[in-house]
Amino acid sequence: MAEAMQELFGPAGVWITWILQCVAIVAPLIVSVAYLTYVERKVIGAMQMRKGPNVVGPLGLLQPFADAFKLLFKETIVPTGADRFVFFMAPMLTLLLALVAWAVIPFQEGWVVSNINVGMLYILAVSGLAIYGVMMAGWASNSRYAFLGSLRSAAQMISYEVSMGLIIISVILTAGSMNLTDIVLAQKGVWFGVIHFPMFVLFVISIMAETNRVPFDLPQSDAEIVAGFHVEYSAMGFALFYLGEYANMILMSGVCVVLFLGGWLPPLDMAPFTWIPGIVWFFLKMAVILFVYIQARATLPRYRYDQLMRLGWKVFLPLSLLWLVLTASVLFFTGLWPEYGA
Amino acid sequence: MFKRLIKTWLLTDIVSGFWLTFRYMTVRPKVTLNYPYEKAPLSHRFRGEHCLRRYENGEERCISCKLCEAVCPAQAITIEASPRADGSRRTTRYDLDMTKCIFCGLCEEACPVDAIVMGPNYEYSTETREELMYSKQKLLANGDRWEPVLVMRLEKDEPYR
Repeated sequence: MAEAMQELFGPAGVWITWILQCVAIVAPLIVSVAYLTYVERKVIGAMQMRKGPNVVGPLGLLQPFADAFKLLFKETIVPTGADRFVFFMAPMLTLLLALVAWAVIPFQEGWVVSNINVGMLYILAVSGLAIYGVMMAGWASNSRYAFLGSLRSAAQMISYEVSMGLIIISVILTAGSMNLTDIVLAQKGVWFGVIHFPMFVLFVISIMAETNRVPFDLPQSDAEIVAGFHVEYSAMGFALFYLGEYANMILMSGVCVVLFLGGWLPPLDMAPFTWIPGIVWFFLKMAVILFVYIQARATLPRYRYDQLMRLGWKVFLPLSLLWLVLTASVLFFTGLWPEYGA
Repeated sequence: MFKRLIKTWLLTDIVSGFWLTFRYMTVRPKVTLNYPYEKAPLSHRFRGEHCLRRYENGEERCISCKLCEAVCPAQAITIEASPRADGSRRTTRYDLDMTKCIFCGLCEEACPVDAIVMGPNYEYSTETREELMYSKQKLLANGDRWEPVLVMRLEKDEPYR
């Protein structure tokens, strides 16, 4: 595609390709964020024997847009004593970081903006940076609730990133590459979600903690600290935080699909499954993970803070470390080492 | 002990919880009332918006005994009385502050002539506070509007009074 663009527009073609690729990812992403909130409300409603939004448009399908426009027209309130620059930077940074990580996610073979060999490291780095948005928001708001929320958030995200990293190393060892496309192709025979099943479960739980979702939504726990780090935000800032949170959810489910559920590969390499294009499989699998996210919110109560920390450091970390040693030993002693550095 | 370990590590509780919510989502009928289009049934004792009733000949029932004013715990009722031209005692003013009213129903209970009663209407929200300061005209108009329903409700409640 880039070559064709270069012929058409000369040297500017590369830039135009990049911009088009960004738009092709960001625009559907924003729409899916909008409808993820809708689906969440509908599903949780159904689980609580309610109907969920059903007034705005047919079946309430226009509800997310009604919400978005409402937020757009609201007044932006800056608390006294807030650091204005950091205060406005924080939501932008949160959303930005939720968007840039998509650059390395392969939707199908070759359908990736930047097919870099350290893709997995890049995703870890970007999701690690996401803490800064939360910390900046909590600090710049000049509010106790926001500050407490951001402190909790930072501690929680760091704790779970450690075990997430170890889980990912197990996968990388088996795949023999950090390139996400290669990781998916390595699952051609059997998905890593089957081989590393306990790690798959751990990873799903970890990404819930990483994105501050129920049952690990302590940074925003409504009952104790109102809304946590974004308590002082209104209008567009608030909308950006929400966008960031849901975009992060989608991103993390995408990463989960790539690492454990075989990306765009069909579940069985047989006729009826291979008829469906890979990108549809990719989105279907993502939808399943997102459904688990939503169902967890309707099912599980919030963890207490010490329980959360205990789970992260005393259960997840040793378990993932043990599994890493196990994976490495099995690979070493059976001689099943994949070819590294490909 | 061993059983409990298995339960913890296989996340059985969480899985059964997920199964429960899934069943609720798929099988259970919805209980939502589509409010403006569907409404819940009301008891005939429901205490809604107040009404001042009249006799069948059009004469207002209230004799300004001020029992309701006295019994009102929120002091929402203000009554002023004076003899009318024909010598009967009537209210010149019967104000009811709906923002103060706690809907306890004591005024209805205290009234010796069933003049002030609480109707079945609960859809009387307004855009300004002033509109909720009900005057005698407003209460009488309410009474005229709901009279058939009020009679029915009073009849139903008669055996228990």
